[in-house]
Amino acid sequence: MNGRLRKTLLAVGLSLLAGNACAQNLLIRNATVHTAGAQGTLQNTDVLVQGGNIAAIGRGLSAKGADVIDAGGKPLTPAMFGGVTGIGLEEVSLEDSTTDQSLALGAQSKQMVVRPEFDATLAYNPASVVVPVTRVEGIGFALLTANSGNGGSIIGGQGAVVRLDGGIDPAGPRVLFVQLGSDGATLSGGSRAGQWMLLDQLVDEVRGRIPAGSPMAMLTPAGRQTLARYLDGGGRIAVSIHRAADIHQLLRWSQRQGVRVAILGGAEAWRVAPQLAAAKVPVFVDPLANLPGDFDQLGAGLDTAAKLRAAGVQVGFSPSDRAPHNARKIRQTAGNAVANGLPWEDGLAGLTRVPAEAFGVGDRIGTIAVGKRADLVLWTGDPLDVSTVATQVWFDGRAIPMRSRQTELRDRYLRAAGALPRAYPAAGE
Amino acid sequence: MHRTFIAALAATVLPALVLAQAHAADAPAAAPKKAAVSRFAQDPYASTYRAIASPPVVIRGATVLTGTGTRLDGADVLMRDGRIVAVGANLDAPADALQVDGRGKWVTPGIIDVHSHLGVYASPGVRAHQDGNEATAATTPNVWAEHSVWPQDPGFATALAGGVTAMQILPGSANLIGGRGVTLKNVAATTYQAMKFPGAPWGLKMACGENPKRTYGERGGPSTRMANVAGYRAAFIDASEYLKKNKPKAAAAQKKRWWQSGSGSTDSANDSGGKRDLKMDTLAGAINGDILVHIHCYRADEMAVMMDLAKEFGFKISAFHHGVEAYKIADRLAQENICGALWADWWGFKMEAFDGIQENIALVDRPQNSCAIVHSDSEEGIQRLNQEAAKVIASAHRIGIDIPPERAVRWITANPAKSLGILDRTGTLEAGKMADVVLWNGNPFSVYAKAEQVYIDGARLYDRNDPSRQPKSDFMLGQGFEGGVR
Repeated sequence: MNGRLRKTLLAVGLSLLAGNACAQNLLIRNATVHTAGAQGTLQNTDVLVQGGNIAAIGRGLSAKGADVIDAGGKPLTPAMFGGVTGIGLEEVSLEDSTTDQSLALGAQSKQMVVRPEFDATLAYNPASVVVPVTRVEGIGFALLTANSGNGGSIIGGQGAVVRLDGGIDPAGPRVLFVQLGSDGATLSGGSRAGQWMLLDQLVDEVRGRIPAGSPMAMLTPAGRQTLARYLDGGGRIAVSIHRAADIHQLLRWSQRQGVRVAILGGAEAWRVAPQLAAAKVPVFVDPLANLPGDFDQLGAGLDTAAKLRAAGVQVGFSPSDRAPHNARKIRQTAGNAVANGLPWEDGLAGLTRVPAEAFGVGDRIGTIAVGKRADLVLWTGDPLDVSTVATQVWFDGRAIPMRSRQTELRDRYLRAAGALPRAYPAAGE
Repeated sequence: MHRTFIAALAATVLPALVLAQAHAADAPAAAPKKAAVSRFAQDPYASTYRAIASPPVVIRGATVLTGTGTRLDGADVLMRDGRIVAVGANLDAPADALQVDGRGKWVTPGIIDVHSHLGVYASPGVRAHQDGNEATAATTPNVWAEHSVWPQDPGFATALAGGVTAMQILPGSANLIGGRGVTLKNVAATTYQAMKFPGAPWGLKMACGENPKRTYGERGGPSTRMANVAGYRAAFIDASEYLKKNKPKAAAAQKKRWWQSGSGSTDSANDSGGKRDLKMDTLAGAINGDILVHIHCYRADEMAVMMDLAKEFGFKISAFHHGVEAYKIADRLAQENICGALWADWWGFKMEAFDGIQENIALVDRPQNSCAIVHSDSEEGIQRLNQEAAKVIASAHRIGIDIPPERAVRWITANPAKSLGILDRTGTLEAGKMADVVLWNGNPFSVYAKAEQVYIDGARLYDRNDPSRQPKSDFMLGQGFEGGVR
């Protein structure tokens, strides 16, 4: 691609991404369509997009004036999930001035400061260079995280799903983040038992059993209001937890309080698989975390995803470090889960449908189905294999420029040295 | 130069040596013989590694990537007495050889990781296991990573299941000069000495950039990159002087004649420079070339500074580690014969890692005489260096650079062996070398690839289909989980 064409594409891409107004019509012909939904995989199939939504899936569809792409039989999938991550909340991990995903109002105090109303999505920067770096690898959405940390509490706050289309607003409802087990013990008085005590105390406060002005009260009015939304079957609570015994306690607690939880991590969740399946708790695992990273993860293994799925649990993926820069690695983690016994279709679902449904956007994205948004990816080969790359990504049927800061850097140093330093544009640019 | 000469000598002499040794497996794996070991490279904590006895093994009809850049289809690999005997079609094998059906499978040399902290940052990652950074002073060439290695780290076994047969355990990067690294064979053992790669030179770990200044910025420095460089220079100025004082006397002068008295040469190991200094020993060894220099360095401009530093003090840099900007100076690295030990795609976690690209390894691999290495620096990454390499191949393909498997495999075998100074003994499937071999269930450059069998010095020390050939650390016993770490 020459420089001028590339720049035009970039400009067009940016203007297209700015709004939802000029949605695209598109016909992708002759793809291997992995729907991630009820239709499974469809060979030699066309997908018609009208007004940014999937209008038809089938063979020999008429273009109806839409742009036509010949997929040449290559795999087409829904745009994938980038995990629970700080994309757009963290530009350079070790530079505090560029990070926004945790709240530490109590940094100077030993008192836990509980602010469930903290909404990390308000810090989301769609212009982060991490966004294009991630989406050109076929990642179309992610769950923004609100992390627990010193000076905060075991309730990290709220995040939500964002689509990586350049928009600023979340695509789904708020999700509440809670950190339990040894990773949260320093925030709960040095014992994981304190976590259940504190959670019950917070629920008492939300339910009015502890009056707002009481010395026992820990929440602001906004905090009480926020937490109330997650009780009695309200919003999803994403709980980071590993140890089997802790997961047992979580199931009891969530049933007692009537909350809908999803598990993040779950290294030992396979020991509780039947109960998790019965309680319809989805588990987002890191399939590469097979070592006992701490004493909560002694039962970690490569086949956790396979065992959970075999027991009927909905399995998704989320790399354990939540590092936004590595969000693109999630595809490799899913491939490894498949290499260790998870059925291939479930590997794909864990990257698409399962997270979309668990975090409240399953009605619009996560599968290739009529009526869904046309957030799609065309691949060079098996989308779960490391030897495969994305050839084109679409949001609402619009092709995005497959460019990022990293491709710019690459191309600057790929070309032969010229008379001027590389800091100058190449001839023809 | 000294070391290169020895290595070249060993490579030519070794095959003959092996044929003469009928039972090499009983002896410590042969190290290249040196007339006189420099004092700086003497080892009071010597390797006690012994190859595990095994009958001969022949793998039949596999796709073999030799690590020398060659691919052989339908080839056999014969191992005997711990050594590669031959690679080729229709090999004659001894009657007592174990026959392994390699049809539809791939064979590579054992995977080698030049950058690991297994054992020094062991799992579980509790406080007691934080043994990788002596973060009490910025310059600690006196510490040896091997003295921190916990052989029961469960990560050794999981790395073995990923095909890793040898690795360098390094100190961390908190310090300007972090200490000596050690090369281990990935065998289950109760002591690290029993894992220690016989005759492998030590590494010297140094670190550029952010980590030392972050660690010491508020603890007396260095707090800037300029103080980092001043710190290296001060250390090497001391070491140069120390080396001068401790120079071995000329060989002729050492020779005692019957008429000479014993006096006048009472110094042990020719030490005439006063008290022995462990810090200076290590740095002098690095200048001498007995200890290979491995530098954690991300940015291109800082690597250039380190190359000048090396010239200033007359040492050779074996490899830059992490080097996310190595692609910016790929030609120079190749010209100076410095390896780039790199990740496939890590970036952005700190400012000096902000310019990472997925084609880094491919671009470093591109010049003539290059030495690109995929390294891990991770207990997870070390388990799947083949997948990391596969990602590089895919990214390179996207920009029209086609890298065949027989070339890419060198990033995780021959090139790390070269940077560790052990290429004369392992890293390729050449006759006479250690029989460090991996049998894969298919093309290793796929997410679905699995190491089925792993041989170290000809002994099958991992077999995916045979639980009796799967090591398990003491730590994992009795934890209530069938199978333990999987």
